[in-house]
Amino acid sequence: MTAREQGIGGWFRQHRGLREHGGSMALSLPTVVFLLVLFAIPVARLMFLSVESGSFAPYEKAFTDELYLTVLFNTFKIALFVTIVSFVLAYPVAYFLTVAPPFWRVVGLFCILMPFWTSILVRTYAWMVILGRHGIISETLIALGVIDAPISLLHNLPAVLVGMVHVLMPYMVFPVYAVMQRIDPNLMQAAFGLGAPAWRAYWRVYFPLTMPGVLSGATLVFILSMGFFVTPALLGGGRVMMIAVLIEEFVSEFIDWEFAGALSAALLLTTLVVYGAFKKVMKAESKWA
Amino acid sequence: MGMNSNNSKASIQRGGSRWPRLILNIYCGFVFLFLMLPLLVVFPLSFSSSQYLKFPPPGFSWRWYEKYLDTPAWIDATITSIKVATGTTILATILGTMVAFSLVRGTYPGKAWVDRLVTAPIIIPNIIIAVAIYGVFAKFRLIGSWYGVMIGHTVYAIPFVVLVIGAALRTYDVGQEHAAMGLGASRLKAVWYVTFPQIKPAIISAAFLAFITSFDELIIAMFLSGSNMTLPKKMFENIIFEIDPTISAVSVLQILFVGGVLFLASRFGAGISPIKS
Repeated sequence: MTAREQGIGGWFRQHRGLREHGGSMALSLPTVVFLLVLFAIPVARLMFLSVESGSFAPYEKAFTDELYLTVLFNTFKIALFVTIVSFVLAYPVAYFLTVAPPFWRVVGLFCILMPFWTSILVRTYAWMVILGRHGIISETLIALGVIDAPISLLHNLPAVLVGMVHVLMPYMVFPVYAVMQRIDPNLMQAAFGLGAPAWRAYWRVYFPLTMPGVLSGATLVFILSMGFFVTPALLGGGRVMMIAVLIEEFVSEFIDWEFAGALSAALLLTTLVVYGAFKKVMKAESKWA
Repeated sequence: MGMNSNNSKASIQRGGSRWPRLILNIYCGFVFLFLMLPLLVVFPLSFSSSQYLKFPPPGFSWRWYEKYLDTPAWIDATITSIKVATGTTILATILGTMVAFSLVRGTYPGKAWVDRLVTAPIIIPNIIIAVAIYGVFAKFRLIGSWYGVMIGHTVYAIPFVVLVIGAALRTYDVGQEHAAMGLGASRLKAVWYVTFPQIKPAIISAAFLAFITSFDELIIAMFLSGSNMTLPKKMFENIIFEIDPTISAVSVLQILFVGGVLFLASRFGAGISPIKS
């Protein structure tokens, strides 16, 4: 009897569940169709454009030609460097925000959020004014008598790196700061109380606890760096090639869609591999916790 | 002497001397200066009386603001950007809210894939999205229309909307909705009269976020807008072809505009903050 009741109740629950789930599935339908038609399918088509026409040649060129491999490798190196520098700048700042008195915390947050919400274009333009031939640095050096003629600090790798770190560093601050806020200060007191020297307590207790934040920040910064366009295009002035700039050139100047597709595939693959690795590590970490 | 060393020992045991803190403060001061430097340059430059990018500016004038207001190309670009951003806001907020509800509340086959599809536009580089959509739009002759750019921006803005509204829905107590239904309300009524008013701040924030995302976006607009330029595209072309302080004036106006949007978001919504506390 009870079993039968359960059976009926179960059937009802299941039936109601089906109706509800059908409803929420239908709710996602417009967005799913929108994104499939205007995003997923076009991106997939771009990747397989050359394969469709029965030739792997563009892929071969993208993955074996030394010139394009160099660009891909360069992009990777730049992304790695930007990630490391962002970490070095952002980690102490996140700690500062965690321990600073309220007034200074607000000042710090202002200094991070104000540029963060300013368009990348505006900031890149400002760097051009700072680093340019008649820019602040050049004029200051002349005034100080260090140099005689104006120099341009634009159109080289350091300029691109400065611009990119400036844009991407806040993406490292946010997740690290979020994690630091949740760390129980008593843990550090316990470490000190047990006689650990300060540096050791920070290295063995505090730093490992902030790792999830560092990892998400690093992944975010790295992925965004890989696809960066505005900064290398403007501050690099054609001398610093990154893969996004190359893709743009192949589409709008050479109108070589198939090769642009192959390059896009290379960029996408790198991005997804990094993102996948991050997800794996985070899953392993959360299993430990 | 003995007292002194005792004191410093005590302070080490409490977690270190004053020096590390001082070094930290100075270091962070330099980082903050680095972050603010571009803004500290753009503001004075926009009031420069010189047509060169001289810094510090030789004199004060409003001429670059006047030039912006007197150049139809700048005004047209601004209007196009506002149109595109408004359209994106409406479309992305509706589509994003629907899918956020479905992802947080529903359990159905393929949900994990819907989740992936919806978040993918954040992870996939903009340049790939731009080129891919460009390929489709070129076929249907949609390049150069403002609604083409709007559609491209909506793809990019949906994940941001879903993140904001999804977070609000996850912390919302569904029990309230069930209580309303237990008292005889239909599901639709329960959602509309009980749930909606409570997550409204999140929806408003998401809408403002979608607006800013579109208003600042360059790469998708660069490919899709053709000669019907958005403000970022017009700025990009100006920086490449004729760099003068007009861009500083436009930059300042843009910063003030986005600041205004953020203020409205915190006044009427739940605010837009990339920092969770």
